[in-house]
Amino acid sequence: MTKEEIIQPENLVYKKPELLNDTPMHYCPGCSHGVVHKLVAEVIAEMGMQEKTIAISPVGCAVFAYKYIDVDWQEAAHGRAPALASAIKRLWPDRLVFTYQGDGDLACIGTGETIHALNRGENITIIFINNAIYGMTGGQMAPTTLLGMKTATCPYGREPALHGYPLKVTEIAATLQGTCYVTRQSVQSVAAILKAKKAIRKAFEYSMQGKGSNLVEIVSTCNTNWRMSPVKANQWMEENMFPFYPLGDLKDNG
Amino acid sequence: MDKEVTLMKGNEAIAHAAIRCGCDGYFGYPITPQSEVLETLAAEKPWETTGMVVLQAESEVASINMVYGGAGTGKKVMTSSSSPGVSLMQEGISYMAGAELPCLVVNVSRGGPGLGTIQPSQADYFQTVKGGGHGDYRLITLAPASVQEMADFVDLAFELAFRYRNPAMILSDGAIGQMMEKVVLPPFKPRRTEEEIMKECPWATTGRKGMRKPNIITSLELRSEEMEKINIRIQSKYREIEAKEVRFEEYMTGDADYLIVAFGSAARISKKVISIAREQGLKVGLLRPITLWPFPSKRIAELASKVKGILSLEINAGQMVEDIRMAVEGKTPVEWYGRLGGIIPEPEEVVAQLKKLFI
Repeated sequence: MTKEEIIQPENLVYKKPELLNDTPMHYCPGCSHGVVHKLVAEVIAEMGMQEKTIAISPVGCAVFAYKYIDVDWQEAAHGRAPALASAIKRLWPDRLVFTYQGDGDLACIGTGETIHALNRGENITIIFINNAIYGMTGGQMAPTTLLGMKTATCPYGREPALHGYPLKVTEIAATLQGTCYVTRQSVQSVAAILKAKKAIRKAFEYSMQGKGSNLVEIVSTCNTNWRMSPVKANQWMEENMFPFYPLGDLKDNG
Repeated sequence: MDKEVTLMKGNEAIAHAAIRCGCDGYFGYPITPQSEVLETLAAEKPWETTGMVVLQAESEVASINMVYGGAGTGKKVMTSSSSPGVSLMQEGISYMAGAELPCLVVNVSRGGPGLGTIQPSQADYFQTVKGGGHGDYRLITLAPASVQEMADFVDLAFELAFRYRNPAMILSDGAIGQMMEKVVLPPFKPRRTEEEIMKECPWATTGRKGMRKPNIITSLELRSEEMEKINIRIQSKYREIEAKEVRFEEYMTGDADYLIVAFGSAARISKKVISIAREQGLKVGLLRPITLWPFPSKRIAELASKVKGILSLEINAGQMVEDIRMAVEGKTPVEWYGRLGGIIPEPEEVVAQLKKLFI
């Protein structure tokens, strides 16, 4: 059997999602963003929402998310994506509205907008990439940086006396009356990817059913700024991030 | 019914005019002296009648970013605040100017700097017309001098904002926001339908109906050559606004030996100043800029060659006087008078200053 004979539609078991375009991604090899982008693109298409989605990108590594997933996008000021999403969803209640934010954007400069949008029960979904570091600006300390973890702005390791403690925004979100579904996922293995996709789908569906706000945290790697190979970064995440940021649903009121 | 004369505060007039002109959404945060805008909207419950969204945000930062989000979908959205709150909004205003989004921001200004005072002031002139936020941008600015103009300028501001895809501001002050005057509210105009929005704003992020090319709202462009092109295009839009949208009112300028230039509350006082001055044989006229940007520089320059002196009357430490001097280019003396700290000048003291400065 030749290669050409094998490459036939009926033999296709895996393909690029139709909403993911051919623009070369600027993400580093090994980064979690590409996988999460793919899941988001798949879920939108599977829900048949490609003509009714308005997405909001953050400031940070995912600032250019709008270049890769073919839906309508707004690029927000740093941390303000949930404020944009709140207004958009209220003005266009039948649209699928979600934000895609990193830890610096969501858990630091945008903490106010995040907590209040979630607590108002806005029918939106927040996808939260937590890799415990500022990626785009070159590896500075994030609100979610683990104690002892070294970054460009805590080069000797994060110390409570100097830098305070890592913030568990997802745990806070689960206590808010406005949230419907709050979950923490990862994408470091095939099993994890499948679970994360189910979580994103569930969150999007709840938001369209008007059940309140939804937060999907994805514990992620930043192998470049962690200064590790992609494989080592996944291993480090499992050993160090998962004990502090345990995976699973924190709340499901759907 | 629509033509009925009613008595209300300037802030209330803003709220009623917003509902009547087909505004889709208001996002705001309480601050004195403009809280009646949000209070009136909350009491009127327009979501039950026109379908207008009204939301009290967690901060002015959130309010202006809600406006960004709504504006990016082509909806007619607005916010209002007062000086310290408007300072917090400058980031969002800059982003909207950069992303070329139409919206209305109302500033019922109060005295500063800092927390300052809740009394009226015009000290936000520089912040409004010189930038306020970062980057090379301009804000279409309307300065109402009555409760009637508070009502009328809401629709006008939206019209200009959408015509040029640029944020517009109504720069009012605590006196006009709080005072009660008779007003004829504008007639009801229906909110635009989704189809109308998609037709009028083909750039808006409304979802990709018919799988059209995705729309992106952003102010980001990392390639310098492209960013320069965007800036040049935006600047040419500003030049067009400067050529077409200057608005002003003239009062007794025909025979005037002296000219007062004043906007908003200061312009109201100026009319009284002129009547006192004329009783004393001093021929004074008024030019009232209605648009602070674009500024009526050309008309001021024309009048400058006919008068012996120009007084910029401002309720601040002398801000607009710089724009007048630039327009006049030394053709005639230009002086400033004003009061600070939330004090409105008395007409008699202005007449005395006119004499002291020019005669």
